[in-house]
Amino acid sequence: MTARVGVVTFPGSLDDGDAARAVRIAGGEPVRLWHGDPRLHGVDAVVLPGGFSYGDYLRCGAIARFAPVMETIVDAARGGLPVLGICNGFQILCEAHLLPGALTRNQHLHFRNRDQVLRVESAGTAWTNAFQPGQEILIPVKNGEGCYVADTATLDQLEAEGRVVARYLGGNPNGSQRDIAAITNSAGNVVGIMPHPEHAVEALTGPSLDGLGFFTSVLKHLVGAPA
Amino acid sequence: MTTHPDPAVRETPGTFPAAPAEPRTAAVVPQAGPVDAGRVAALAPADDWAPGVDTVPRASGTPEELQPYAELGLRDDEYDRIRHILGRRPTQAELAMYSIMWSEHCSYKSSKVHLRQFGEKAPPSDRLLAGIGENAGVVRVSDELAVTFKVESHNHPSFVEPYQGAATGVGGIVRDILAMGARPIAVMDPLRFGAADHPDTARVLTGVVAGVGGYGNCLGLPNIGGELVFDPSYQGNPLLNALCLGVLPVHRLQNKAAAGPGNIVVLMGAKTGRDGIGGVSVLASATFDETSEQRRPAVQVGDPFTEKLLIEACLELYDAELVVGIQDLGGAGLTCALTETAAAAGTGMRVWLERVPLREPSMEPHEILASESQERMLLVVAPEKLESVLKTAEKWGVLATAIGEVTAPAPDGQPGRLLITWRDQLVVDVPPGSLVDDGPVYARPMREPADLILLQADRAETLPRPNTPEALRETLLRMIASPNLADKTWVTEQYDRYVLGNTVLAQPEDSGVIRIDERTGLGVALSVDGNGRYARLDPYHGTKLALAEAYRNVAVTGAKPIAVTNCLNFGSPEDPAVMWQFAEAVRGLADGCLELGIPVTGGNVSFYNQTGAAAIHPTPVVGVLGVLDNVADRVPMGFVPRPGGDHDQLFLLGETHVELSGSEWAWVTHEHLGGIPPQVDLARERQLAELLAEAARVGHVSSAHDLSDGGLAQSLVESCLRRGVGARIAVPEHFTGGSMPFVYLFSESAGRVLVSVQRGHEKAFTALCAERGVPWELIGVTDPAGGALEVHGQFRIGLDELRAAHSATLPRLFGGAEAAQVAVEATRTGTATAPQSGATDEATPVSVGATSVTPDQPAEATEAPVEGPADAPTADGSDATGPAPTGRDGSTAASSGDSDQPAAPDQR
Repeated sequence: MTARVGVVTFPGSLDDGDAARAVRIAGGEPVRLWHGDPRLHGVDAVVLPGGFSYGDYLRCGAIARFAPVMETIVDAARGGLPVLGICNGFQILCEAHLLPGALTRNQHLHFRNRDQVLRVESAGTAWTNAFQPGQEILIPVKNGEGCYVADTATLDQLEAEGRVVARYLGGNPNGSQRDIAAITNSAGNVVGIMPHPEHAVEALTGPSLDGLGFFTSVLKHLVGAPA
Repeated sequence: MTTHPDPAVRETPGTFPAAPAEPRTAAVVPQAGPVDAGRVAALAPADDWAPGVDTVPRASGTPEELQPYAELGLRDDEYDRIRHILGRRPTQAELAMYSIMWSEHCSYKSSKVHLRQFGEKAPPSDRLLAGIGENAGVVRVSDELAVTFKVESHNHPSFVEPYQGAATGVGGIVRDILAMGARPIAVMDPLRFGAADHPDTARVLTGVVAGVGGYGNCLGLPNIGGELVFDPSYQGNPLLNALCLGVLPVHRLQNKAAAGPGNIVVLMGAKTGRDGIGGVSVLASATFDETSEQRRPAVQVGDPFTEKLLIEACLELYDAELVVGIQDLGGAGLTCALTETAAAAGTGMRVWLERVPLREPSMEPHEILASESQERMLLVVAPEKLESVLKTAEKWGVLATAIGEVTAPAPDGQPGRLLITWRDQLVVDVPPGSLVDDGPVYARPMREPADLILLQADRAETLPRPNTPEALRETLLRMIASPNLADKTWVTEQYDRYVLGNTVLAQPEDSGVIRIDERTGLGVALSVDGNGRYARLDPYHGTKLALAEAYRNVAVTGAKPIAVTNCLNFGSPEDPAVMWQFAEAVRGLADGCLELGIPVTGGNVSFYNQTGAAAIHPTPVVGVLGVLDNVADRVPMGFVPRPGGDHDQLFLLGETHVELSGSEWAWVTHEHLGGIPPQVDLARERQLAELLAEAARVGHVSSAHDLSDGGLAQSLVESCLRRGVGARIAVPEHFTGGSMPFVYLFSESAGRVLVSVQRGHEKAFTALCAERGVPWELIGVTDPAGGALEVHGQFRIGLDELRAAHSATLPRLFGGAEAAQVAVEATRTGTATAPQSGATDEATPVSVGATSVTPDQPAEATEAPVEGPADAPTADGSDATGPAPTGRDGSTAASSGDSDQPAAPDQR
């Protein structure tokens, strides 16, 4: 049976179609979820896509966090539902307190879009088990507020528990503390990543196929997971 | 403007006409029945008007009242004509409407007589579904799919308020595309600024780039290309042109006609505010002078989030076949949308103006009609479908309000009238066509610029040229670092090029290539090009050269060019010399399109681009669209890495002549502009394009790159750096003596392309060239292992040195943190819908809140989910919100480090 992966559309979501395409290319069945509908329609995992939900007004992700669908997702995530937040989705996960820390304006103050090398630090999450620890991958980064910050204790804890999922290599594109590009919760089912794996799933349109691993990971994870 | 009614004759508002309860929200359906135009006029008591409102009856009763038509940009004879059309003086609201609809920007009154050539000389095309006169031209690209594209200017607003001017420039062209029934899928931004090292350029450029990015990124549209040109002629008048591409199923094509009396007129999108009032007449149709600073309130404020919702709502309405007609609100706002939709159908319209949702309740009728508030669309909807339309709007959180209805033409077949009431007072009663189609048309005087003969006689071919290997090496490094030729990454990486997942090629490639059908691989290629210097030297051939370059840029990808759009940026049409340049440019473009066999599908004219008496270089910007049956066949510009020391052969297609006038070299090294631009032979361009399409289809070429500004040297460097592959070339024998190697490397002869051909394909490729009649020269080989560009017998420059020279310029000029800060503040201004005065101040708290989790600001102030005080040091401890040194002289540490960007990965 094909795993059903939900992709949430908030007002202002932009990469929802791309995330759904990535799920499909990876072999999953994308299911479109609507911000105003609290039901998850039986999906096995959820992607919160990139974009500017609610125009990023007030603060990135701050309004989306209160969407009806998020209440359900937060509960389900605490119960083990795999959730991947990409870019704006990462910001929403932080605002929803599923992940610690915050994403702030890039230190150089510009939106920046470039092909970015990452090192996968943790292959133990629901979304990165298809990678080798230490593997270097190339996927696009594009954000204006992608600078990850947290207090020292939190950062140390993330490092100690192996919850830094990926780091920027060859230049930090936004000033993130400790070059953090992606983190996970302590259970490893919720991952927030600033770069965009869904834009690296086709040779024709992406800089590599490295992004596919995030989506095949969750499919693999779901097959292995108890029903 | 002040037209206060005489207090002595004020009376209480009358009871006419009976309007239904005011529907102010999306959920309320109007109950108005059809309104008989004659009945309205007959019912209007001649002496009955509200205090402060200039009504039709009042206008009839006060024929001698002085009106500020001159201040609104109308000439005496134009005002007389309005009085003649109406049979009375116009009301204040009507005067505002005529002044903006008859402005140069809306009426094309100076350009119309010339633009006709685009239709008259149009080559036959069975692809054209909608052409000039529509919001954008639409061309069929397959049995099921069509694409629409158009380029427009937003020049003056972008100088007055760079961020918002640029942002709303993008927003405006996107709505044009949306109005055709298309989903917008990409944008491009041809930009022109004053001298790169002029202090004001940093202000304008950083704001414009942030605005283009801020709006386009937030809308989810990949930016796939554009131009970045610096020239002192644009110092006081930068050019922000914006292009949008959309795709639609053929059957979804929309039109703007307000057909069907009894249909409801719905305004959807943002509330109407005082922003942009008179944008087209005050900004776009007048010359800049010292008072330009005071014009800031005439610049609109953009909200891309609302536009994104508007796009999704409109597309849902189209798919459910819920709208009869649709028009975007751009320049001239509601006035333009109401009159154009009615005039297109020959119908009349009855509008209750007080139903328009306002940001500022104190707005008066003429302000509501003239407002250029962004993110609004006008829909014509059958009454039985209104409920569904409002529901769709509600789903997307967009305001939709029924503001009026379509009325029947007169019984004698004459077009209907547009009647607008304001709180029961008739304030507008006009024939819509009189604003749209019957505006003034001028055959302005034209005269070749007096200095042109001398200018053309001052040829760059006589300038001293480098003639030693050392001088040539230095020239190359200097050229690739010059602002117009330098790496544009500092700009383009502020744009999202990946969103939507269909970008196959984007800048710095010659064309943007977008896949439009995932199933078949069908896609389109788009390029925009212009060269103001060439056009200054010879507007006719300069325009053909711009067309040829855009055409060639599309062709090198392997695409077949099929359609043209254009944005004609010129000085004041009241200057006979400018008018001559304009006429020559239009003639050149129309002739050129005929020769190439591709039609002009639409475009835009921007006049009054000058500072005082000094006009900008005439700058026709030409966009060419091509189609690729399968985007997997596209040819990129970069040399291809080959394993094991293997290499491709390099061919130069076309002929190189001693053509240096108007060139980038003449400008960079001698600050020289004179002579005659390169020859342009469109028949040869066409042969070249056919060759390239065929070569791409059969897979002969592994890269292809157009030669234009900076000549062969520039193309070689760009093709090398794209993927970090070196090259070794030799200058052909007939170019070896004296300064001829220089000519070979830097001449800007048209009709040339640099291609690399994989081993085993050379014979077939050269045979194809011969068959197609395209001259070719084998000039060298790629050198994947060499890591350098070598010109035999002249110089060898390592790729690292080339990259350092090429990529350092823009970060050095614009990369300072202070420049960035300006842009950020403007970004935040864009989020405020407050009046412009003090908008920045009001927005500041938002800015602080959004950026404040820095070492200096406790996190709890922002409610950001940071545990404990955010005392962790950041990488460099810098305070992003604090003052920072200017970047002019190098403080780039915090900003870019662009030079270390890895070579672009394999996109083949």
